[in-house]
Amino acid sequence: MSAQNTGPGPILDVRDLRTQFFTDAGVVRAVDGVTFTVDAGETVGIVGESGSGKSVTALSLMRLLDEPSRIVGGEVRFRGADVLAMSEDELRAIRGDGIAMVFQDPMTSLNPVLRIARQLVEIMQAHGRFDGEQARARAISLLGRMGITAPQRAIRSYPHQFSGGMRQRVMLAMGFANEPALLIADEPTTALDVTIQAQILDLMVELNRDFGAAIILISHALGVIASVCRRVLVMYAGEVVEEGPTEQVLASPRHPYTWALINAVPRIDRHLPGTRRLTTIEGAPPDPLAMPSGCRFAARCPFRISKCDEHPPLDEVAPGRKARCWVTKGNEALPQASPPPPTTATIRPKSEKSATEPLLSVRGLVKHFPLRRDGLFAPRKVVHAVDGVDLDVEAGETVGLVGESGCGKSTFARLVVRIHEPTAGRIRFAGHDIAQASASAIRPLRRRLQMVFQDPYASLNPRMRVAEILSEPLRFHGLTGTSAETTARVDELLVSVGLNPKMATRFPHEFSGGQRQRISIARALALNPDFIVADEPISSLDVNIQAQVINLLVDLQEKFQLTYLFIAHDLAVVRHICDRLVVFYLGKVVEIAPAEDLFMRPLHPYTRYLISAVPIPDADAERRRKRLPLVGEPPSAVDPPSGCRFRTRCPIAQDICADVPPPLTPHRTGHLAACHFAGQF
Amino acid sequence: MSAVDAPLGLRSVAPIQSKLRRGLRRYSLPVIGALIIIAWIVVAIIAPLLSPYLPSTVDVTARLRPPSSTHWLGTDVLGRDVFTRLIYGTRISLTTGMVVVLVGAFIGTLVGGIAAYARGRVEEVIMRATDLVLCFPPIILAMAIAAALGIGTTNTIIAMLVVWWPKFARLARSLVLVQRSQEYVEAAVVIGLSPARILLRHIIPNSIGPLIILVTLDVGNAIITFAGLSFLGLGVIPPTPEWGSMVSEGRELIEQWWVAAFPGFAILTIVLGFNFLGDGIRDWLDPRSRRR
Repeated sequence: MSAQNTGPGPILDVRDLRTQFFTDAGVVRAVDGVTFTVDAGETVGIVGESGSGKSVTALSLMRLLDEPSRIVGGEVRFRGADVLAMSEDELRAIRGDGIAMVFQDPMTSLNPVLRIARQLVEIMQAHGRFDGEQARARAISLLGRMGITAPQRAIRSYPHQFSGGMRQRVMLAMGFANEPALLIADEPTTALDVTIQAQILDLMVELNRDFGAAIILISHALGVIASVCRRVLVMYAGEVVEEGPTEQVLASPRHPYTWALINAVPRIDRHLPGTRRLTTIEGAPPDPLAMPSGCRFAARCPFRISKCDEHPPLDEVAPGRKARCWVTKGNEALPQASPPPPTTATIRPKSEKSATEPLLSVRGLVKHFPLRRDGLFAPRKVVHAVDGVDLDVEAGETVGLVGESGCGKSTFARLVVRIHEPTAGRIRFAGHDIAQASASAIRPLRRRLQMVFQDPYASLNPRMRVAEILSEPLRFHGLTGTSAETTARVDELLVSVGLNPKMATRFPHEFSGGQRQRISIARALALNPDFIVADEPISSLDVNIQAQVINLLVDLQEKFQLTYLFIAHDLAVVRHICDRLVVFYLGKVVEIAPAEDLFMRPLHPYTRYLISAVPIPDADAERRRKRLPLVGEPPSAVDPPSGCRFRTRCPIAQDICADVPPPLTPHRTGHLAACHFAGQF
Repeated sequence: MSAVDAPLGLRSVAPIQSKLRRGLRRYSLPVIGALIIIAWIVVAIIAPLLSPYLPSTVDVTARLRPPSSTHWLGTDVLGRDVFTRLIYGTRISLTTGMVVVLVGAFIGTLVGGIAAYARGRVEEVIMRATDLVLCFPPIILAMAIAAALGIGTTNTIIAMLVVWWPKFARLARSLVLVQRSQEYVEAAVVIGLSPARILLRHIIPNSIGPLIILVTLDVGNAIITFAGLSFLGLGVIPPTPEWGSMVSEGRELIEQWWVAAFPGFAILTIVLGFNFLGDGIRDWLDPRSRRR
């Protein structure tokens, strides 16, 4: 607060910052000597996988850490003042005033019992900048600036009346309320859908431009960083391993870890035909309790040399670029990734209508969830989660389901495996109608129809050992006779998903997220199914682990001739591994097309928006690309719009769209769209 | 660098010491709890060997004597030896308390679990039944039932069970509701497991922690309730020694504190013992806290 620093030069200067967790098991060096600066008005990204120390760095900057974590060394200067030496009062004066912060989860970062107005006004009054009336007026204008419609009304609302995207806008309004010099945003869009993410990222770029606040954006996704930040820091195991201008770092990384991060992400704007595998690096980050003395990435590094036994310093390799690597010491570029082994084509020709029935055939599938009545005589409201879906899946195919959250894709998956019972419609699986069949009638079919779940932390029973988890389906269906047979099969399953059979005696909590997802896949494989429904199986994993799991799924498909129904919100991933894609919007299918076709020539306006919203991890491409701004949020599934459900957000909607629901009609071979004006946008 | 060296230096010395301390911290309390309970059980069994008196021997010449070498914990209004009554009383208090809570918890967990897993009409019926029981003051309802069944320890235990299971049913229902929407339960459905198996093998083991804590906290409560019923003439038939009725008898004797204080202290130790043990069992049941 003391030093006025509006001119050029860093507003934030971090030197050799060290934050450690003093746990029972030992000292975790979460942030281990991080040095960087942020200039006034600059946009800096921090990228790294979970556990790399990026969030702890952000919290350390504002001293928001609780015991047992402590900042044990280094220096943080904000406008020249030493943050680490400040008293609690001085700290409070800069928090929310000089430095503001936006957190990851918009669902929990607003106080649920206070109106929006109160929370916004409070933050402005707390720092004595505005009195009550001024603050209220400013709150309304800020909400309007953040793209909230009808801010006068919105300000009187409670947080639960807002969607996640709207709440994140409110958080940004709070962040900018006192015109901070620095905004720290910790994964602000991770919990949001791509279309909403695109809106928030665009908003952040505008705010940076208009308000001149510097932004530190923390994310695990390079695409997100590329669309907002000029400069990027890459963190690994508590250290900065690379720093430089975003486009240079992304185009030609100087640290093997950055190289691996870039190559592990499938790109939506680029596709190598012939392979569905991704480049991955082996292994996991080092144990934070026992950091290796040499280069911390050496154990996983494909370019390792003998010098890597020594710990490399973060040295300048070119003007404005730093890297912590012996290999690129002289600014040598790392080689291009060699393409991963091609996939043997298991994809059957789908053009010729085979005489055989599709493996899965869904007709007119409907699922309505009744809500509680508002009053004793109030009409019962219904959530139209899935509202008339037709879909065929041929044996050997990989079909991707995409759409925003709440569009019904997860419900559809749970209907197909009959976790939910459909309200109406027909599901034929391998010649049997399972839509209304009883649990005992479906039981024999369960062996062929399995599911992999989204959250590896919730999908394994925490009280069962891995061996029990995997042997339960075997024994229940009588697939193995003796216990020796069961053990042999469990070992085989673990090997097939790339885990050590010795791990069978462990409990799920002893594994990392990626390993747990492998166990979950092994459980699905236990019954030798031919059809697997995967509900966002990679969305809660780090990028490199995502790539490993995708490769595993591709391998298993080749080995066991599997058919996949793959649900995801990450379009780049589905483009990479799916043969055919189905786009959901508010309980209905709006477009079905072969994957390449869908991305090259989308017919439905919603599909175009979806594709356009995905950030590309390439700063140049990001800048050249014009993003299509999809306005608004999906309408409520309790009371969906008449006619075409997308019409409320559609730029080419006409009168007919409100009256007649567009049927899903073929426009090209295998390319169906539900739009009155398909391809005209 | 010096700021960094300090905690690192500490770390190299710490492991053995802290491991020992951690081990003590982790296991000492449950062990102490178990020892207290075992000690009381042993006392209950060998009571005749510990005291020269009988619990019901009345000696009007020695009324309300303070603790001394002949009467270690003094005597009560009728001149009975408090120590003797205390150790004989262990037999009734401990068994009734444990039986009521364990059986009540078993019934309640099962009923509540079924309600939460079945949802719909089954849940409505079960939960309204629990509400029905819960809207009466437990001791009054238990009194009415016990009176209808007739005086005696078994009848009183049955009466207490009727009022005891609903709180476990309520708790179990809310715990099962949390678990049933977890993906591992959906995974069990996809495997094809039967509802009974999913409930017993997957959901209830993951809900058991808070239930065990309630059980351990509740044993003392049950002992006291049973004591209250005895005091009202429904539980044990006087002069059968029982802790609760001993406390009741000594309630108004402020000067003669020993009459109520020692049985009260006995209840305190047993409740503490169950609490310590309960914490240990909870940790032991949860594989996540076993290794840390």
